[in-house]
Formats: sequence, structure tokens, C-alpha cells
Amino acid sequence: MRAINYRPGRSWRLALALLPFALLLLTYIIASDIRLSENPNDKLLPSFAKMGEAIDAYAFKPDTRTGNYLLWQDTYSSLTRLIIGLGISTAIALVLGIVVGLLPVMGATLGPVVSVLSMVPPLALLPILFIVMGLGEASKITLIVVGTSLKLIRDIALRVTDIPREQLIKAQTLGASTPQIALRIVLPQILPRLIDSVRFEIGPAWLFLIAAEAIAADSGLGYRIFLVRRYLSMDVILPYVIWITLLAFLMDLSLRLLQRKAFPWFAEARTA
Amino acid sequence: MSAIVFDKVWKEYGDHIVLEQINLEIAERSFVALVGPSGCGKTTFLRMLLGEERPTRGKIIVDGVPLKPEPDADRGVVFQRYSVFPHLTVLGNVVIGREFEKSRAFGRLFGRARRQAEEEARELLSAVGLTGHEAKYPAALSGGMQQRLALAQALMRRPKVLLLDEPFGALDPGIRSEIHVLMRRIWNESSLTVVMVTHDLSEAFELGTRVIAFERPRNRPEELERYGARLSADIPTPPSSAQELSKGATITRDIEVWPKKVAGSPGVHKPNGHAAPQS
Repeated sequence: MRAINYRPGRSWRLALALLPFALLLLTYIIASDIRLSENPNDKLLPSFAKMGEAIDAYAFKPDTRTGNYLLWQDTYSSLTRLIIGLGISTAIALVLGIVVGLLPVMGATLGPVVSVLSMVPPLALLPILFIVMGLGEASKITLIVVGTSLKLIRDIALRVTDIPREQLIKAQTLGASTPQIALRIVLPQILPRLIDSVRFEIGPAWLFLIAAEAIAADSGLGYRIFLVRRYLSMDVILPYVIWITLLAFLMDLSLRLLQRKAFPWFAEARTA
Repeated sequence: MSAIVFDKVWKEYGDHIVLEQINLEIAERSFVALVGPSGCGKTTFLRMLLGEERPTRGKIIVDGVPLKPEPDADRGVVFQRYSVFPHLTVLGNVVIGREFEKSRAFGRLFGRARRQAEEEARELLSAVGLTGHEAKYPAALSGGMQQRLALAQALMRRPKVLLLDEPFGALDPGIRSEIHVLMRRIWNESSLTVVMVTHDLSEAFELGTRVIAFERPRNRPEELERYGARLSADIPTPPSSAQELSKGATITRDIEVWPKKVAGSPGVHKPNGHAAPQS
């Protein structure tokens, strides 16, 4: 049989999906073992036991100095910044994206400026944000908003123009005004697509968050990683990275579930 | 009184002439079928009637009033595809016409007003044979059912003119003949003037009271840009175009279909698809 026609079954699919993860894990265990057998004090590839101790110390025991559970405190600060940032960004993109995509005059006015601004590397703006807004929460949230909203606006505007012309004409022949078309035809069809766009911006949002936290913060997942880097504490850094990855994955998954539950028509319409 | 008048209408895109010198009167309650080869401008003609495109020269007059330059509720439309809203249920797709009309701010009805609109919508849905499918989304319907839904949706606002852009072109022959019967019944029972673009000549003659052919009289590659498609209607031809006629600039047909079908008369829709002449 040709390779393109060979489809794995359900259990095979699961096994194949797990295989690379198992290989990664195995590679790490072997490499860590080799290094540790040469030098039991090696910090670069700590054993799982060592990482377990670090997780215990950060997640389940209060910090001796502040009395806080560090992992949870860091997670709380980071997620708060991330969710507020992405929320603001999404709201801006939804309104401006629909306006730019639906109204030719607004498209002509804002389209080019959004295209140009979305080419500004957001991290290059970070110093400006720190100078203007100080080192507090506002500058970190603003970085996430600046970094994700422009791409989201372009994306939403593009998806609005993807709505078949026939539908907009049809709505007009049913007597709909512009606001009615925006509210009843465009908005409900854009929402599930907005979820897709936001899913793709979760990665960049984390990037900007960790960059901002690395430079100036007093808590947060990115802050902690860059703090313990000074002591080569790979036993803390690696669990933190895995935790961040898991959080990002769960955000993506929950958005996907939300899309499926809230917009039952969407999956069918997309394939039709 | 004529429902629709095309008065020396030209349509050009830049240098490219699509339609030239269209003079046409469409009587009220007629069912006009537009036929012609691909790219001859029949869809452009329909779009001008819809208000989506404006004529470059000339006027379109509907019931004595110049056509508004944008689509509105006077003229309903059914396209070949994408006519219904994928995010609304079958019932929602029909109700939305009334919602746009009654709720100017949000386009949403609640309570008694909504129940009333739903009642009306259900009647229309049963008229097009979609009873029992109210809660489905369009993606779950077959192509023929989607077009029935599009018809019900277009009729909700009781338009004076119904425009059909190859509405049944993508359907199987069996489904198509069923929907032809439905289409003729709708035309017969409501006070509609119908203009339909179609590729299918037999469909044009079966449904239409009048068949109009569009043709590009000059079809050499170097002429395509500068000469549009034409038609000559059954009205006195103005001298200017008569001159061009004598140059052999146009091949046109405008055919009255026999036996005569008259809207509103019994026997116009027979299940076998043929109209009986009235005596």
C-alpha cells in the first residue's frame, strides 16, 4: 500500500503520539544518568528525584522568607497578567477588526496603519513602556496587548472580508442596516474564528510576558526562572518550563472546547 | 404599467464594456429568464437590478422610481451558494428578516413579537416543504433543502421583485424539477415579479413567461474588451441602436414563452411541470 493511504487506527494513533514524548524522556534520563555518574553534583541535567525535591519546596512548602507558596504565587501573578492582557487585546481586535473589515472607509483609514504598526517588534517597545508606564503591572500587560492585538486586528479584519459577499447582500435584501449586519451576521460568525486567532496568539503572549517578567518583576513564572538561573538551578527551571507549557496547552484546549460547545454550527459549516 | 424599466443601460469596468445599450421593460408579475453564454453579463445585469452594481450609463426604474443604489427589502434574492446564514438555525434564518424589520437597534425579537414572527416563519417553511427541520443548521441540509430555505427566507419580507442567480444550477435533476414546481407555485401565489439567471435553457422555458438571451455580437479576442453583450427588447428600438443594428452589431433574442403563463391563474403549476393554456 502507498504510504499516503496508510492510516493508523485509534489505539495506534495514541501510541504514535506518545512515542516522541517517551523518546524525549528517555534521552533525558540517559543523558542525565551519564552526567550524574561522572559528577554527582552536576547541576545541568538534574535527576527526577532532585526535581521532585524542588517541586516540593516551591509548590507544597511555604517559602522560609516570605511564607508564600512560590509556584502558586508565581502562577497567579503570571496568569493574571496574561489573561488581562489577552482579554484587552481580544476586545480591541474584535471591535476594530469588524469595523476595518466591514466598513470600506474604516478599512482605508486604519488598514494601512495597522499593517505598518504590526511590523514593529513589540520587544523593542518594552524599554519605552518601562520608561513611560513604570515597572509595575501596567507595562507588562501593555506589552502583551501591543504584541498581540495588531495581529489579531488584521486577522479578524481578514476573516470578516472572507464572509461571502452573498451573505451581506442577502442581509441587505432582508432590510438589515449596517449595525444590524455587524451584530447579527458578522459578529456571530466571527466569534468562533476569533477563538482560533486567540489560540495562535497564546504562544506570543507568553513570550512577551516572560520577557517582561525577566527584566522587571517581583513575582511570576518568568521572573522565577530568570532569578534561579543565577544559581544554575535547573532542578527548578525545568519543572517551571514544563508547568508553563502545560498551562499554555490547557488554555489552548479550553478555547477549543469552548469553540465546540458554544458554536455547534461552526465545525459543520467549516467543512461544508 | 411596467414594474421594471432598463433605459439605455451600459455597464463598463474601466475600458471593459460588459453590457451595452440595454433597453428593456419587464411587466409586473412576469417571470423573466435570462440566458446566455458564460461571461456574457447576465449576472452583471442581475447585480445592477439588485443594486449591488450601478449602471455606468442609463437608468433603471422600478415602479416609476429610480432604483436605489444599494440592495434593500424591495428586492429579494437567492444565490446559487451562500444564500443562507450558517450560524442560524433553519427557523432563525427565516425569522431574521422580520427581526431586521421590527427591531431596528439590535435586530433581535423577544417574547410575543418573536413568537409571532416564528409563527409566520413556520408557515413559510411548511410552504417550501421544510417542516420538521426548523432546529437544524443549514450545513445539515442537502443542497435542494438549502435553496428551499433561501426561498422561504427571501419571501419573509414580501419583496416585490425576486431575483434568482442560477438558484438551481447545482442541484440534481430530480430535486431540480421538484423545486421548479415549488418555484412556480410561489410565483403564482404571491405578487412577485421574478428575474432569474440560468444556464439551463429548458429551465428557462419551463419557468419563464419570457426568455431573454444575452449575446456578445463581437466575440473576437481583440473585440472582447470594447464591445459588451446586448439584447434587443420588444420595445421600439431607438434610432441610435437601430443604426448599430444595421451594422450587424447585435444578435439578440427576446422570446415570449408559449403557452402563455399568467401569474395568479389556476393551472399554472401542474405537478408535471407544464402549464395549461387558459381559455
